[in-house]
Amino acid sequence: MLKGRSIICPDDLSIEEIDDLFLLANDIIINKESYKESCNGYILATLFFESSTRTRLSFEAAMHKLGGDVVGFSDFNSSSVAKGESITDTVRTVECYSDLIVLRHPKEGAPILASNVLDIPLINAGDGAHYHPTQTLTDLYTIYNYKKKIDNLVIGICGDLKFGRTVHSLIKVLCKYKNISFVFISPDKLRLPDYIIKVLDKEGIKYIETDNLDNMKDLDVLYMTRVQKERFFNEEDYIKLKDKFIINNEVLKSAKEDLIIMHPLPRNNEISSEVDLDKRAVYFKQAKYGLYIRMALILKLLGIK
Amino acid sequence: MLSITGIKKGIVIDHIPSGYAMVIFDYLNLEEAKYSVALIMNVCSNKMGKKDIIKIENDVNIDLSILGIISTDITINIIDKEKIIKKYNPEIPMIINNVIKCKNPRCVTSVENNIFNKFNLINEEKKEYSCEYCEDIIVVDKL
Repeated sequence: MLKGRSIICPDDLSIEEIDDLFLLANDIIINKESYKESCNGYILATLFFESSTRTRLSFEAAMHKLGGDVVGFSDFNSSSVAKGESITDTVRTVECYSDLIVLRHPKEGAPILASNVLDIPLINAGDGAHYHPTQTLTDLYTIYNYKKKIDNLVIGICGDLKFGRTVHSLIKVLCKYKNISFVFISPDKLRLPDYIIKVLDKEGIKYIETDNLDNMKDLDVLYMTRVQKERFFNEEDYIKLKDKFIINNEVLKSAKEDLIIMHPLPRNNEISSEVDLDKRAVYFKQAKYGLYIRMALILKLLGIK
Repeated sequence: MLSITGIKKGIVIDHIPSGYAMVIFDYLNLEEAKYSVALIMNVCSNKMGKKDIIKIENDVNIDLSILGIISTDITINIIDKEKIIKKYNPEIPMIINNVIKCKNPRCVTSVENNIFNKFNLINEEKKEYSCEYCEDIIVVDKL
C-alpha cells in the first residue's frame, strides 16, 4: 500500500510495489483516456531548489495528464528560502496548499528532513549527489520494457559514479533482483563511494571496477552518465575528467545486438550523436517511460489507484 | 595521598582512559549538575597505568550510553546506600543523537539551522556510523 507514503530513497519500494507500478504504467500507456481526470481536484507542489528540466517537467506533465493541478517554483531565488527560510518551514507551508510534494534540493538528506515534518507524501526528485528514486523507477521500467525482465543481466555503468545520484539509486535497487552483475567504468577519481561498495559487498553482488571500455561485449545494458560540472569545487578537475569516456559507433562494434544504451539525460559528449541512429540507443524512449511511471506513482501515493 | 570519600547515592564512572574525564564532564554537562561532582584525574591503576574517575552524587538518571564511544572498558557503578547495586560496561551506542556533526559539506545539516544530528551504527568493530540524512560514513572513536 503506497497511499500516503513518502518516497525518499529506492529502498522505500519493495520489488512487489515496483512491479505494481509497472503494471499500472503499462495500463496508463494502453488506456490513456481513462486516466485523464483521475487527479481532478488534487494539487501537486513541485519545489525545485536546484535547476531541472526533465524531472520537473515530467512531474508537471504527469499531473496535468491525470487532470490535476500544479503549484511550485523552479527558481531558488524566487522562493522564500532566498529570504532565509528553513527547508522545514517551507514544506510545512506548502503542505497547506497541496496534496503531494515533489522536492529537489542540492543538499543531501533534505527530503528526509522535509518528510519528517509532513503529513502528506513527499517524493524526492534528487538530493545532491545522493538519491533520485523516480529516475531509478524510470530506468527500471525502461529495462523491464526492453528486456521483459530485470533478472540475469550484466549491467555496465559508465561515467561519473562518484557524484551520479541516478547511479547510486539504480544500483541499490538492482541489488534486490536475481543474478545481476555490474561492470563499473569510471576514472579513478570518480569511482563509486564507499557506502555503495559496502552495499554490493554485503549483498554478495558480482562486480568489477575498471577505467576502460574493454568489457563492452559482455553487457546487456550500458548506462551512461554525464560528468556533472556542478558537483566539482574545482573546474580544473572537471575539465580533466569530462570527456574520459565517449561512446560512438566504433566502441559499440563489439557490443551485443540486443544491448540497450541508456542515459538519464542531459548528456554532454559522452554519447556521440551518431549513436542516436543505432536501434540500441533507448535514452529518449527512457524519458517517455519516465512520464508514465511518474503518473503511476502519483496515482498510488494519492491512493487513487 | 589524595583522598576522595565514597558517595551514599549516585554514579561512579571508573576506568576512564586518562585524560578523558574532562571530555565526559563537558559532554554530560556536569558543570550544571545540581549535586556534587568529583573529577579525579591521573589516578594510579594496576590495569591501566593511569585512569580517570568521575563521581556524581545523588543523580542516577543520566544517559551514559555515549561513553561506549570512548571505551567499552569504562566501568559504571550505580551506588545506593553506599553499596554498588549495579555495575556494567557501556556498549557501543547504536545511535548517536546530537553529539557529533556531519562533516559532509553537501549534507543538509550544513545549511539547516537547529537540525537534530543523528548517526546510526553500521559497523561495530570499526565504530563506523552513517549520517541519518546523507548516509556519509564516519569513524567515531572519540568524542
